[in-house]
This record gives sequence, structure tokens and C-alpha cells, in this order.
Amino acid sequence: MSDTADRVKKIVVENLGVEAEKVTEDASFIDDLGADSLDIVELVMAFEEEFGVEIPDDAAEKITTVKDAITYIDEHKG
Amino acid sequence: MIEKDGPRAGPMDGEFHMRRVVVTGLGLVTPLGAEVETAWKNLIAGKSGAGPITRFDATDYKCRIACEVKPADHEYGFDPYKRVDHKIQRQVDPFIIFGIDAAGQALEDAGLTDMSEEERYRAGCSIGAGIGGLPGIESESLVLDRKGPSRVSPHFVHGRLINLISGQVSIKYGLMGPNHAVVTACSTGAHSIGDAARMIAMDDADVMLAGGAEGAICPIGIAGFAQARALSTNFNDTPEKGSRPYDRDRDGFVMGEGAGVVCLEEYEHAKARGAKIYAEVIGYGLSGDAYHVTAPHPEGSGAYRSMEMAMRKSGLSLADIDYVNAHGTSTPLGDELELGAVRRLFGPALDGMSMSSTKSAIGHLLGGAGAVESIFCILAMRDSIVPPTLNLDNPSENCAGVDLVPHVAKERKVRAILNNSFGFGGTNASLVMKAID
Repeated sequence: MSDTADRVKKIVVENLGVEAEKVTEDASFIDDLGADSLDIVELVMAFEEEFGVEIPDDAAEKITTVKDAITYIDEHKG
Repeated sequence: MIEKDGPRAGPMDGEFHMRRVVVTGLGLVTPLGAEVETAWKNLIAGKSGAGPITRFDATDYKCRIACEVKPADHEYGFDPYKRVDHKIQRQVDPFIIFGIDAAGQALEDAGLTDMSEEERYRAGCSIGAGIGGLPGIESESLVLDRKGPSRVSPHFVHGRLINLISGQVSIKYGLMGPNHAVVTACSTGAHSIGDAARMIAMDDADVMLAGGAEGAICPIGIAGFAQARALSTNFNDTPEKGSRPYDRDRDGFVMGEGAGVVCLEEYEHAKARGAKIYAEVIGYGLSGDAYHVTAPHPEGSGAYRSMEMAMRKSGLSLADIDYVNAHGTSTPLGDELELGAVRRLFGPALDGMSMSSTKSAIGHLLGGAGAVESIFCILAMRDSIVPPTLNLDNPSENCAGVDLVPHVAKERKVRAILNNSFGFGGTNASLVMKAID
């Protein structure tokens, strides 16, 4: 598991209050992890802080699973 | 989709009859305990919930003491995880967490956590706060200033709004009746109960969770109240002595935090399901001072009229009141003006009555005060004991002839109570309750 994946999962566990085992790469924030649209806004903000990336709104809308987040971050972090 | 509107209330044509309202559940989060029996036991034992402020470094503040709700590992601390999810805890201010927990306690105590959908259409919430999410407003303002608008939490607004205790509680328990939240400063808790009782009396609901909460022990909260000259500043080295209603050396209130929520229920509804009935809400009075934003009316006229209205509605005679839980915040002006109004209203009936201020032990819970203190009144009736006014070493001159229950709790019969709350803006509320045989 990559360093990015570890850190993303840690943020998801903390923000959504879900068990770590549930945060698989295929897990959907809304369907599997109980997030609502505002929780995703908050998650995206946390990813931006953690990784020093900027995730514009149109990109954020496409991030629906844990894997989407990891992929985006890996592609854009400096 | 008519079925989604829920069942209709009783017929609205013809004559309107007020329905009786009783208390069937209690919930408390206080500096002396995070559930009802612990808080009550500590209160009766004469303990103080005051201490140095630990929430932030108060070294440079004029007031460095408060009555904080204790952390989960404390002997009588509060564990937010009991009734509030981790995710919600991250999103909302402390007052909402306290409120959700106290409401849950009240609903559990009433045995109403498993209501049918039909019953839940007739169950609502009236849980307010005086100030609301001050700590979160403060901290997110700093985020805005330091990091810019795109870093402000998307949960900022609904994590601070005063009606979000009622909102959260209704979502958690599926309560689809009236959803209300009073904001009348330090009268909030009493107004919340009074308003909710009227909703039941007027057939808007059968069950209401009613009360108030506060969690404003944060830098801007303490600084703001201190600048308004409302807080005690002479007892920073002896925090437990700071709240001393009616004492000559009182110099302001000590900030408290927490929540009190009661489950109110229509009398026949409660009786039909064999519920434990603590008390009946029989009188509610409200008034405005129309005088000054922070100072009480110099003749206590608003306080008098509020109490007088509550007594008139109750149908009791003055001599029936055995205990008054005073607003008594420990401010130089307020305590004696309230006492003067009580004296004028009760006259000779004062002789048989006890009156104390539990703010001497738990501090001033602001929007939570009236509800927490109503619960103490109910327990006083249940256990035939009235809680003390701590630190009343040298009563002010005007206190002569009134039993202010100094220092230690007093065993006595309590058949009916009067509870007062007065708030900034000159808003007053009084509740009268009686025990049910």
C-alpha cells in the first residue's frame, strides 16, 4: 500500500468516524462510508491540506471512491 | 401522498380545551455530573463544579475560573461517545453535543425511544441555547483570517446554529412533531419548557423534548462577559468560592456549561402507557423589562410580573409553593432585585418557603440554566430535599427573613416549586410545577 493510500485512509477514518477495515480502495464515500455531499467537501479540504495539492470543484465532483482520491493526489502532488 | 402528512390532531372546530402536561423523563449534562442521579447527588452533597479554566490558557484574562463539564476520565465526567457519533462530534459545537446527550437521556428515561411512526409525528423538540456555537464561530473566524475562505468548514453554519440541537435530536430519534428552538439568553431553558408545554396543551404534540444547553467557555466568551462586567473576578485563586449568590462579597457570575432536557408529555398519554410521572407543569409566566440590555429593572418589575403570571395560571395559592429555585446568578444587582420581587409577591407566604440558587454549585449555564434548574426542582419534590446556596457566608442585608438554604441541603416537603430565569435584553420566564400524588 502506498504512502498516499495510508494517509488518505487515515483522514477518511478520522473525518467520517468509520472503522479502518471499511475504508477499502473501492469503497464509495457516499454509498459505503455514510458520507453526505458536505462531508466530501470537508474530505477534499483535508486532502488539500495534507498533500499540499489544490483540488478544484470540478475535479472534486469526480472523486467518489477512496481510489479516486488516491489517484488524483498521486497525479497532482508536487 | 396524504399519508406522509401524518395523522391529524384532534378536531379544531368547536371549543378548545387546554390539555394537562406532565414531565416523564429527565436528562442532564452538568459540571457536577453527566447524568441526572450523579449531578443531583453531588449537588445535594454541597459540591462545587468550579475550577480554573482548562479549555484555553486564561492567564491574561480577568476571569480565570468556570464550571466546566468534566472530561470522560473524571469521576463524574461526560463521555460524548455515549450518544453522539464521532462524525457529528467533529462537526458541531459543544453545546449541541451536550444537548443531544441530555435529550437522549430524557427520552430513554421516559421509555420513549421506540415510538411508532404515528407516535413520532406527534413528538417534537424545543431545545434552545442562549448564545450557541461561540467556540466554533471564534475558531473558524481565525481560520478565515489566517487561511482564507476556502478553508472554512462546510459544516461551519449548521454546526453552530442554535436550533441544531432540536434538528439533530429530531433526526436521531425520528421526531417529526414541532421543531422549535428558543433564544432568550439566560431565560432560554425556562422559555423552552414553557413554550413546549403550551404546544402539548394546545394539541400540537403529545410528547416534547424541551430544554436548553450552552457551551461558551472559550476565549471570546469569557472575554466578552468579563468586559460586560458580568463575571466574577475576585476569586481566581479560590474558584469554588466565586459563585456566591446573596452573599455580600459576590462580584459576578461564574460561567457554567452543559444541558438540561425534560421529556414533556400529555397527561392522559403518559397515564395510558403507565409512564413514571415526575411532575406536572401547571404555570408559565413571561414578561419583558423594557428597561436596559444588561441591567435588570431597578424595581424588579419584570421578574415580579413573570412570577405573578406563572402563579396565576397555576391556580395555586402562594402558600402552596415550598421551593423557589432562584435565577440568583451572584451578580451584585440582580440577586437582591429578584429577592425583592419574590418578597413583594409572596408576602407572608415567604415564611414557609425555601429559596436557593444552584448556580452557586454549577455556575451559570446561560441558555441551559432554566432547564437544568427545573430538573433540580423536580428532584427536590421527588426526594423531599432542597439543594443549598453555597458560599452564603454573609447574606446581604435585604436577605433577612428568607430561608436561602445556606451551605447545606435541607430536608423538607416540597409539593410545588417556582423556577425563575431572567436574561439579557430584559426577558423573564417563570415556571410553576407540582408533584403528582
